[in-house]
Amino acid sequence: MTPILEIRGLQASVEDMPILKGVDLSVNPGEVHAIMGPNGSGKSTLASILAGREDYEIDGGTVHYRGDDLLEMDVDERAREGVFLAFQYPVELPGVSMMNFLKQAVNSVREHRGQEPLGAAALLRLAKEKAALIELNPSLKQRSVNQGFSGGEKKRNEIFQLAMLEPAMAILDETDSGLDIDALRSVAHGVNQLRNPDRGFLIITHYQRLLNYIVPDFVHVMVDGQIVQSAGKELALELEKRGYDWVYDHISA
Amino acid sequence: MNTDTQYLHQVAESDYEHGWSTDIASDTIPKGLNEEVIRLISAKKQDPDWMLESRLRAFRHWKTLASDTDKYPRWAHLDYPEINFQDISYYSAPGSKPRYESLDEVDPELLQTFEALGIPLEEQKVLAGVAVDAVVDSVSVATTFKEELAKLGIIFCSFTEAIENHGDLVRKYMGSVVPHTDNFYAALNAAVFSDGSFCYIPPGVRCPMELSTYFRINQAGTGQFERTLIVAEEGSYVSYLEGCTAPRRDENQLHAAVVEIIAHKDAEVKYSTIQNWYPGNAEGKGGVFNFVTKRGICEGTGSKISWTQLETGSAITWKYPSVILKGDHSIGEFYSVAFTKGRQQADTGTKMLHLGRNTSSTIISKGISAGQSNNSYRGLVRINKRAENARNFAQCDSMLLGDRCGAHTFPYLEIHNPTAQVEHEATTSKVGEDQMFYCQQRGISEQDAIKLLVSGFCQEILTKLPMEFAVEARKLLAIELEGSVG
Ligand SMILES: Nc1ncnc2c1ncn2[C@@H]1O[C@H](COP(=O)(O)OP(=O)(O)O)[C@@H](O)[C@H]1O
Ligand SMILES: [Mg+2]
Repeated sequence: MTPILEIRGLQASVEDMPILKGVDLSVNPGEVHAIMGPNGSGKSTLASILAGREDYEIDGGTVHYRGDDLLEMDVDERAREGVFLAFQYPVELPGVSMMNFLKQAVNSVREHRGQEPLGAAALLRLAKEKAALIELNPSLKQRSVNQGFSGGEKKRNEIFQLAMLEPAMAILDETDSGLDIDALRSVAHGVNQLRNPDRGFLIITHYQRLLNYIVPDFVHVMVDGQIVQSAGKELALELEKRGYDWVYDHISA
Repeated sequence: MNTDTQYLHQVAESDYEHGWSTDIASDTIPKGLNEEVIRLISAKKQDPDWMLESRLRAFRHWKTLASDTDKYPRWAHLDYPEINFQDISYYSAPGSKPRYESLDEVDPELLQTFEALGIPLEEQKVLAGVAVDAVVDSVSVATTFKEELAKLGIIFCSFTEAIENHGDLVRKYMGSVVPHTDNFYAALNAAVFSDGSFCYIPPGVRCPMELSTYFRINQAGTGQFERTLIVAEEGSYVSYLEGCTAPRRDENQLHAAVVEIIAHKDAEVKYSTIQNWYPGNAEGKGGVFNFVTKRGICEGTGSKISWTQLETGSAITWKYPSVILKGDHSIGEFYSVAFTKGRQQADTGTKMLHLGRNTSSTIISKGISAGQSNNSYRGLVRINKRAENARNFAQCDSMLLGDRCGAHTFPYLEIHNPTAQVEHEATTSKVGEDQMFYCQQRGISEQDAIKLLVSGFCQEILTKLPMEFAVEARKLLAIELEGSVG
């Protein structure tokens, strides 16, 4: 079986400052991987590089997406191929209506897959269905993208877009941070509904609590630009109990 | 199919009735400007005496301005070569412009734009200046249309016809809002204007259609010195559209139009413009110099004038649609999107002059600059001594696409009454990398992402345009953005 995502020895830097120092990670279809780690360890950097952000210099290593060289692809091409990033800080797009935005996004992806573009009515129906799944306030669909949304609404909107675009590889960057417990539950519920045997998830989180609701198959701990430990879901609990210091001790030992 | 297209199909398919002859190519007078030329223009237009007198007065005034180089308006943030006013021909009969034999000879870029806008072939020919064999009979349609309006007492005709048939109204109102003494180009226009439009809405009448979209083809022939006069009587309403989305091939370098609007008690005039004249080539060669004076007066209590414009054309734009808020409780609005690319330069904005009590004005201006263009907002808000409780809200947002273009804001405030409430907001932004990344991460291409973000930026203005126009405006903006970035 070809992994959806296969990262090998990935090294990256910004202005000669190394951030990723050799990351290895494979995600197979149907698997949910969690990456935990202290602030500044490079989690968002990894997510950004996978999505195609150009701020980073790739110094070594490879990334393959369903067997193809991911690093060779443009940002929009990756997205159309099925790589989705739920942003840690979603930006506001003033004046750009949600429905117009969704229409362009959904139809770019559909066109790439050789599907017919969705008309306004079909799109609206789809949006309604997916919004219900994520428990997104339906009135948000009438607004400009993320404009004036609360923190929780922005995060939920990311998952809503995930549901609309049906990617093969979904990367969630700290979708849980800043959410109250109810919002966390409903976002997790949405993500769980979207789990399926063909889709891979990479869930980046600082806290263990999200993983009570989205139970991962694997947990990785990232420290200082490297994955220092990988194990099953029990690792998350261990981390929660002992704190990240335990990991540091663990490495130096 | 939009109504424009429908109309054009109708036109193209309708029977020959009047048609026109294209064999009038020589009807252009020699270059230069003097009293004799003014008399010649006047004679060609078959002006009545008062019109000739009016032209001559304007010309004599213009001469005093032209003879003193200090009197030429240089305050705008525009850089263009000195204009030699003696090197221009001031009268050219419609249809006497050079014509191509077929569309094959027309600039392919222009044709691409027509294509993208979905303009029917026959109309493309007219706009591009190709000799038309198929008879496009706009005259008969225009006549039916006019009859319908006439039943309501609405007058909508060319300025020439208005001078002939409604001389009293023209004499009463022409120059009452923009007198020939107003500025250099207003004086020039008053002396040499060749034609334009006249519109009169009687008391209590709500004009049932948007005026002027139906005249798209006819407009292609109007000259470089147009004059428009709109009079809205008590309690009337009209929405007037000027221009069209199709770029017009135009040999004329200099355009100096004048538009005057008079709104009486409780009348409302909504004036929408799409300006898409030839902007010149990528190196900044050619292109129209567009010096326009547009002004309306809210004469009566409770009257309202609103200007909405989308400016994407011309090499040089010098344009400040303004409102004199004379009537108590009157309202003035200015909504503008100005897009410049290549070497285009635009200096545009408005003046809101508050004279009456409880008057209010709103200004929302969106400037988008790409390439090596320069885009300036210039606005004056004046609250006179007796204008109790005047309110003004102004918002000027600029967006830069790239780092070789410029955006500038020149707001002027003159407040002579302490009860005034004035608010001004200004922002300048670049299309954010983060915003672009966000769109592209959802599968949207770079070009489409830019279009999406720019049209989002203009959204609140474009929604002020009448529906049909707004759809075309969006398309036009998208086309103009094509390839202007990256
Ligand atoms: N674009 C950037 N420019 C400069 N430094 C960066 C940039 N992106 C990340 N960094 C630095 O890289 C390190 C890792 O950051 P990040 O990936 O955001 O960590 P995490 O998401 O794990 O908190 C931090 O020290 C951060 O300051
Ligand atoms: Mg982070």
